[in-house]
Amino acid sequence: MRSGFLLVALFSIVALSLIIIFLFLEGIPILEHVSLKEFLFGQYWYPTDDPADFGILPLILGSIYVTVISGMIAIPLGVMTAIYLAQIAPATVSQIVKPIVELLASMPSVVIGFFGMVVVAPFIQQLFNIPVGLNMFNASLMLAFMAVPTICSISEDAVFSVPTALKEASLALGATHFETLVRVIVPASLSGICTAIILGLSRAVGETMVVLMAAGGAAMIPTSIFDPVRPLPASIAAEMAEAPFRSEHYHALFAIGIVLFVFTFLFNLLADHISYKFRQVGEASL
Amino acid sequence: MDSPVKMHTKDLNFFYGDFQAIHNVSIDFTQNQVTALIGPSGCGKSTYLRCLNRMNDLIPGIRVTGKAVLDDQDIYDPSLDVVTLRRRVGMVFQKPNPFPKTIFENVAYGLKVNGVKDKAVITRVVEKSLKQAAIWDEVKDRLNESALGLSGGQQQRLCIARALAVDPEVLLMDEPASALDPIATQKIEELIDQLSSKLTIIIVTHNMQQAARVSDRTAFFYMGKLIEVNDTDTLFTKPELKQTEDYITGRFG
Amino acid sequence: MIKKRLRAQKICFFLLKVAVAINGAALAIIVYFIVSRGWRAISWEFLSKPPTDSMTMGGILPCIVGTVSLCMTTILFALPIGVASAIYLNEYAGQTKLVRFIRLGINNLAGVPSIVFGLFGLAFFVIVLDMGVSILAGGLTLGIMTLPVIIGASEEALKSVPKPYREASLAMGATQWQTIRKVVLPVAFPGIITGSILGLSRAAGETAPIMYTGAVFFTPDLPSSIFDEVMALPYHIYVLATAGTNIEATRHLQYGTALVLISLIFGMNLFAIIMRAKMRKKLKG
Repeated sequence: MRSGFLLVALFSIVALSLIIIFLFLEGIPILEHVSLKEFLFGQYWYPTDDPADFGILPLILGSIYVTVISGMIAIPLGVMTAIYLAQIAPATVSQIVKPIVELLASMPSVVIGFFGMVVVAPFIQQLFNIPVGLNMFNASLMLAFMAVPTICSISEDAVFSVPTALKEASLALGATHFETLVRVIVPASLSGICTAIILGLSRAVGETMVVLMAAGGAAMIPTSIFDPVRPLPASIAAEMAEAPFRSEHYHALFAIGIVLFVFTFLFNLLADHISYKFRQVGEASL
Repeated sequence: MDSPVKMHTKDLNFFYGDFQAIHNVSIDFTQNQVTALIGPSGCGKSTYLRCLNRMNDLIPGIRVTGKAVLDDQDIYDPSLDVVTLRRRVGMVFQKPNPFPKTIFENVAYGLKVNGVKDKAVITRVVEKSLKQAAIWDEVKDRLNESALGLSGGQQQRLCIARALAVDPEVLLMDEPASALDPIATQKIEELIDQLSSKLTIIIVTHNMQQAARVSDRTAFFYMGKLIEVNDTDTLFTKPELKQTEDYITGRFG
Repeated sequence: MIKKRLRAQKICFFLLKVAVAINGAALAIIVYFIVSRGWRAISWEFLSKPPTDSMTMGGILPCIVGTVSLCMTTILFALPIGVASAIYLNEYAGQTKLVRFIRLGINNLAGVPSIVFGLFGLAFFVIVLDMGVSILAGGLTLGIMTLPVIIGASEEALKSVPKPYREASLAMGATQWQTIRKVVLPVAFPGIITGSILGLSRAAGETAPIMYTGAVFFTPDLPSSIFDEVMALPYHIYVLATAGTNIEATRHLQYGTALVLISLIFGMNLFAIIMRAKMRKKLKG
């Protein structure tokens, strides 16, 4: 019985391996047409031109900028909400806020992208007097609300599991609740919070529909926050339909998939490493 | 007995929701004396102790009636600042709970939180507190190491140093040695003796011999009520009530 | 001095509350727009008829059918594998390197971007296994994506079964498998089901994994087998909003579809939570 279950459990590894294998199988052939350096650092992405240009630097930069900006919004929002829920909220408030965060988490990405496209875009277009509302800023804003629930729930677990004894020790010395939070509780849960942030950002990097619909779709290196961009996942989704099977373009899109996968793989490895190595602080041992 | 009363409670009652845990307890704590609170498990002595620095406030749904007074201030007066109270009335817990910081940072914590910024002052007070807690010699060369690397007994003395650093007037000790080995316990008891010349100490203990050793006065609690309070020698040799005598002689516990 | 510290605390606690309020506001605003602009499109026709006139009118029946079929395939595939994996990890496995490797695999599977799943589904299920763009290919792709969620929820549910239950069964001479089957699984069942439905609700809202594996822009008939291609709710929103024949005029249809989708998802969440509460009550007798 045991070996039967073991075999099934191995399925996840098999699936992951297959994903990696097929990504590489269909993506590596692009290197017959461009060198790795040209691919990763080339500034021009014109896959349908003749001759085609397969430089994905604008796409990579688009992903990086959008992730960083959404992080700047999502990290404070997520961590602050987590601290509030774990340490300050009375039970009644907690019972309302937690479901709100969970509902935000189950909001489908296409709906958030749709909202960004249809409601936020005209709004910021007017507000900031810019030519087009589908841009890096819009996408970052929408992505932030996809990352917040992840960051919040993992951080909340981390803050919640700091032993009460530490909180009591601080208060008994005449510290305020807030000082206790800042000087004792948050530092003690820092590794969990870092893991939360990394996983949240990883989600933002890999998110497709939001950036597909709200980021503007211009595969160019942005110069302002209101420029349209086309992060990696959006490029794949947008162009897959028009790429003839096993053409250069097709292989190039799979190669973008490899780059994307490597990004998120490294993020997750980092998060795993941090949570393993700097394990949560426990009470004093005797 | 000309020393003033530093803290006292009068008819103090404490409720967890509907359950009454402390019934009409009135005790005077004389300045610079050690008072021990003894009694069987669950008799309310720790709950009573935590009323004195309002640590019980952290529990939702509690209620306190009666008076608890520090010098001449009612500590349950709504206008009283709890944060300052807890600086003046310090606490040492049953299980040592040093912060996951360096030894130096642990002791300096209270000072920094109270706004002391002068590094020279902090260093001086840290050294003084560690000496007062009789642990300076053992840690003076490793102030920048993590406090979690110390033994249990050392951690507890560190927690005492930490509490002393903010210059409290009263020190509450909740079974401070119950988690420690006999040698560490002895060190703590010697410490209490030294500290009592400058501080008013109230110590909860389930160890009667310890109470007899360290305290000037002893209060016997049972089922949330104060049964008897007297000079330690008197309470242990000539208890007034049979219940007290039964507890002391081990007829129940 | 103390007044300054207490004032700082007041300000900062207020800022924390502001952060929480922003989250609540975001959810409220999004829901408000979807509901207020979408409910007018909802009608019995909308839910029961297919789109007409190049998808500028009509309903979304094929999308609903498509989404439901994809979800059923997903759960039929992912639930047995997920629960079995969780059983191995929680009931049989030790602390060996192999186990840590498996967990690493699951964690990384959880972090794979949805579009990469889509690429994989295309390359593997659609092309190599020759399933074509179909419910089967799309469902399997979604299934692999949902697998880590189901494993996680099942493991938690299994963990929460108290040790004494297992010990009592084994002490009576039952084998480990019998213990799992007769004692552990029934108790863990509510948690497993809740977690699975919650995972499935996420799968229902996903677009990228099904874009090239199962869902299509338009298909005239309802699916008759799992090898048929389908329309799907999330994909329909995307398609109408970006590539439809008359984007502005169909805006109300887009909102309506979005409303149906989030109602479906919120409904599944609610159902899972209520079911769990009911089953827990039943277990406690």
